[in-house]
Amino acid sequence: MTDLGYDAAHMLGAVVLLMSFALLYQRRLFSLLHVFTMQALALAATAAWQAFSHDEPHLYITALLTLVLKAVVIPVALHRIILKMNIQRTIEPALGIGLTMVAGVSLVTLSILLVLPVTEDATALTRENLALSLSVVLLGLLMMISRRNAVSQVVGFMSIENGLILAAVGVAGMPLVVEMSVAFSVMVAFIIFGIFLFHIRERFDTLDMQKIESFRGESD
Amino acid sequence: MGAITVIVATPLLSAIILALVPNYRLAAKLNILFSAITLVAALVQFGVEPSSGALFVVDAFNVTLIALTAFVGLTTSVFSAGYIGHEVAIRRLDAGKLRFYHAMYQAFMFTMLLALSANNLGVMWVAVEGATLTTVLMVSLYRTAASIEAAWKYFILCGVGIALALFGTILMYLAAQPVMGPGMAAMTWTDLMVHVAKVNPAILNLAFVFLLVGYGTKVGLAPLHAWLPDAHAEGPTPISAVLSGLLLNVALYAVLRFKMLLAANGAAIAPGPLMVAMGLASLLLAGLMLYRRRDIKRFFAYSSIEHMGIITFAFGMGGPLANFAGLLHMAMHSLTKSAIFYAVGHAVQVKGTQRIEKIAGLTVSHPVLGWGLLAGVVAIAGLPPFGIFMSEFLLVTSTFAREPLLAVPLTIGILVAFGALVLRVQQVCFGTPSGANAPIQGSLVPLFAHLALVLVAGLWLPGPLVAWFQTVAALLG
Repeated sequence: MTDLGYDAAHMLGAVVLLMSFALLYQRRLFSLLHVFTMQALALAATAAWQAFSHDEPHLYITALLTLVLKAVVIPVALHRIILKMNIQRTIEPALGIGLTMVAGVSLVTLSILLVLPVTEDATALTRENLALSLSVVLLGLLMMISRRNAVSQVVGFMSIENGLILAAVGVAGMPLVVEMSVAFSVMVAFIIFGIFLFHIRERFDTLDMQKIESFRGESD
Repeated sequence: MGAITVIVATPLLSAIILALVPNYRLAAKLNILFSAITLVAALVQFGVEPSSGALFVVDAFNVTLIALTAFVGLTTSVFSAGYIGHEVAIRRLDAGKLRFYHAMYQAFMFTMLLALSANNLGVMWVAVEGATLTTVLMVSLYRTAASIEAAWKYFILCGVGIALALFGTILMYLAAQPVMGPGMAAMTWTDLMVHVAKVNPAILNLAFVFLLVGYGTKVGLAPLHAWLPDAHAEGPTPISAVLSGLLLNVALYAVLRFKMLLAANGAAIAPGPLMVAMGLASLLLAGLMLYRRRDIKRFFAYSSIEHMGIITFAFGMGGPLANFAGLLHMAMHSLTKSAIFYAVGHAVQVKGTQRIEKIAGLTVSHPVLGWGLLAGVVAIAGLPPFGIFMSEFLLVTSTFAREPLLAVPLTIGILVAFGALVLRVQQVCFGTPSGANAPIQGSLVPLFAHLALVLVAGLWLPGPLVAWFQTVAALLG
């Protein structure tokens, strides 16, 4: 592969990771959605670039699915849910920028230390791509733990899936089955999440998971 | 490959048909009929030679689990027919929800049978994910505050687990791809088994950790078990029975397939110690947690965590004896625990509550049900003459012979859980009957059919069955 191809793939992967960092410290729901859209765009570009530079046309489908579902359909739908439930003013606890950087950098270091030593016989791009995607997955986990709002948890879950797609497109010749299934699962997951959001709203007038916890059968 | 196609296709088609049947009484009968067809095909499968294709693999290991799944699927559909009659009578469910319920029941059976028979690791992952989605929908069926919270928790935790498992699967492909070239072969389990010895062991290790944590979440292993009690307690009881009896096994099956790959590689870390540690942690934690439970379905859900811990421990130990004990325990636990959930389902319906302190004196007010539940609890506690005694005895003695230090926490865990079971069962089964006293609706046949099988297995295991289990144990290494 040419140097340009390597650099471009590397940069796009890094943008996906950067967006994961940004997701961690967004306090408003709309800005959270905007950052998520940017991440999906970067991911779609990564997939398309891999399809072009490795000459693997099926990755264009992955790129297209990511673009349509994650950069357009899901953000728009979540936007409408937020408006419909009138929770756009919600300010929720998120990690501060400083703390985000510390946590994020240590997670990235962890994944580099974990991935690079064991993948010595893979190509440089694959190795680094894998380290980046593991970081995205771990940051997504961190986000799901640190958030309480149901919408932010959905976004955190989908950013984990973004990390998985990043890993899948980076490995040469990965059969399409997996990518299709990931795209499919995102769709189904979204439908289910959507249903849940409405039901939770009906029952509690809140999307704060912390308050719902107390309804557990054994809280006495 | 004929029978395996029937096994997988029947529940899929049934799900579509049942989605179109508005009458829930008819749907319940069709549900039983379709489950019976699946079971017949699963039994025919025993006579078929092991084979593998791009999509399906058939060997002694998964044939056993497929038959177990189809059998419990059938008996649960019989129990479910009576159970939903009562739920409709008290207006907790209506025809629309039941149509959805029956379609989802078969869709759930489909995903489990597909996961058990899939040869492609990607397909197996998709099937386990599908099983998560269908059960999430069924856990939230009642639409109560608690059931939605339970389903949400289940979905978030298992969604993350499933995501980690997919990362592990991608790593597995990454490891195999330099040796086997790009394409489907590097995702196919039987092909991987042939070439895995040449694969880079370091990536395999990393992949297995992700797979163990990922699928382990669905097995309900500590510390990733938080979803399990809620999901069992808040959904319809037939779903609790298949969750405990079947889904946990399927997730463990996925872990074991990868364990076999690691064992065949030779140079990779031994997966055993990891599984032993997680198994023991689950056993001890669940054993202690049992004492604090006030909800009867939650109580038995913790008991499932305990037993999955024992089974994981057994497979982690490995070797012909421990594997044999693990397999036997898997089968016995499935049968016993689903039987207990049938009994609990009836008990909750006649008493109108899930609170343990409000259910008392069952043997006096409903003797058949009360003694049935008691027999189930005696069996699950690991007392003779039931089958679980056999498997636990085998496991404890073989562990004492090989690793005495590990046998100590194992025995303590089993005894701690035993104490909790004895304590609670006294309260539920004996004493003065309290609360409502509605008559039992629906059939008690599934409960006693399971108990009879567990009893027979405890007294006498037929020679061919022992030989069959030994083959599987050898396969597992």
